[in-house]
Amino acid sequence: MAFVLSPDAPLRSWLAELDAQIERSATFFAGRPIVVDLSGIPDSDPDLETLFDELRSRGIRVIGAEGVDGLTPAVQSVGGPLIGGRPLGLYEVPDDPPDEPAAPEPTSMVLDEPVRSGQTILFPQGDLTINGSVASGAEIMAGGSIHVYGVLRGRAIAGVTGNQQARIFCKKLDAELISIDGLYMTAEDMDSFRGKSIQARLEGSSIIITEIS
Amino acid sequence: MSKVLVVTSGKGGVGKTTSTAALGAALAKAGKNVVVVDFDVGLRNLDIVMGAERRVVFDMINVIQGDAKLSQALIRDKRVETLSILPASQTRDKDALTSEGVEKVIAELREKFDWVICDSPAGIERGATLAMHHADVAVIVTNPEVSSVRDSDRIIGLLDSKTERATKGERIEKHLLLTRYDPVRAARGDMLKTEDVLEILSIPLLGIIPESAEVLRASNLGTPVVLANPDAAPSRAYADAARRLMGEQVPMTVPGEKTGFLNKLFGRRVA
Ligand SMILES: Nc1ncnc2c1ncn2[C@@H]1O[C@H](COP(=O)(O)OP(=O)(O)OP(=O)(O)O)[C@@H](O)[C@H]1O
Ligand SMILES: [Mg+2]
Repeated sequence: MAFVLSPDAPLRSWLAELDAQIERSATFFAGRPIVVDLSGIPDSDPDLETLFDELRSRGIRVIGAEGVDGLTPAVQSVGGPLIGGRPLGLYEVPDDPPDEPAAPEPTSMVLDEPVRSGQTILFPQGDLTINGSVASGAEIMAGGSIHVYGVLRGRAIAGVTGNQQARIFCKKLDAELISIDGLYMTAEDMDSFRGKSIQARLEGSSIIITEIS
Repeated sequence: MSKVLVVTSGKGGVGKTTSTAALGAALAKAGKNVVVVDFDVGLRNLDIVMGAERRVVFDMINVIQGDAKLSQALIRDKRVETLSILPASQTRDKDALTSEGVEKVIAELREKFDWVICDSPAGIERGATLAMHHADVAVIVTNPEVSSVRDSDRIIGLLDSKTERATKGERIEKHLLLTRYDPVRAARGDMLKTEDVLEILSIPLLGIIPESAEVLRASNLGTPVVLANPDAAPSRAYADAARRLMGEQVPMTVPGEKTGFLNKLFGRRVA
């Protein structure tokens, strides 16, 4: 599962908007697999050929393209068109919380509410604890570790600011995706841990899940 | 004190309009002053389900744009004196529904009625967010299937973040209404289990409405099912749900079961 970016024509002004968005949500694209939907872009757009290089230079990890018929060199360079993807609805890129002056920033956040489908919780400053469940279609992201005292059904993305020590703990795993420091694992790869209490951590370049009792 | 209630779901076709009409009629039969308000601009249905489609002269958008007074647009039900309907426009564009306009109409309705019941359009776009914006109470209509449950979850998130109450830091009262519940399919395990739906959505249960041909028959007659056939299973379930909305403790019945585990669950306020 990946996020889909849908550029509008002309690409040049869309890229400018993207820059503005990245400005506001610095960590949003970190380690996130992105599919680019080109159906809104005419073949004649002068910036089409360089689009993927532009995205890469912004740290956006493009894993495929869709909405294209032919295999242009640019599309080939990202592994060709994707087929059989499933749209998951529109997504608004959340802005980073505004910088607050003075007072030391808290390094942990605790939420006492379930996280609902379509909601994103982003806490780049540190650890995030959800005292409730995270719904299918919801997403929680933290600069540090993530703790879910409930069922994790959505996506949990830990270590978004580049923290390899970050871990994910949950009382019951039923996640769509988990990710630590840019590495990710989708539901199919977690099948044997479904329904269990687990922790996930990085070992080298793989995510290791272990059951906790 | 008057209450604004939104009937909402995210997913289309789950039974919002049916439930709006039925709950509205049941509350009105219990003596409350009730207005049902159609927010489905361009796809209005509530007037048909209520049997008022031939009596629509003015609609909410006429009122918002100052072309008619609220009293001119309200249609009094012919069967229950305390029940009225405020129709949506079938011809106008959705954009004619401005948030200032809606605010003004809702404020005026609050003065006249005990219950203002807003029938939300499907989706999470403008129409749906306007319908929920002023609500004190939300009834989330859900069918026992995965996509409906996920859409309801999405809507609950919006209720908790985008409504007027939420932005003031207050809570909006939320209730789950499980509709189109088919006991045969439930017994076969073809539908999500009620306890699983409750666990996922973690809001209190208002009622379980069985799938029934009576509902379709009533809507073709243009009569809310609780008035068309008060003794039918869905009518009794809606009447019980209406009593719970009024704060009464009514034991929960699961269609197709004599007694159920749900009585233990009912009223349990989960996170
Ligand atoms: N309990 C029930 N048993 C049988 N049929 C039902 C039941 N509830 C609703 N229906 C039928 O399902 C259909 C959709 O119902 P309804 O129009 O109330 O849904 P809705 O959520 O308002 O739809 P929309 O999202 O399009 O506004 C209608 O044909 C209605 O008669
Ligand atoms: Mg409807």
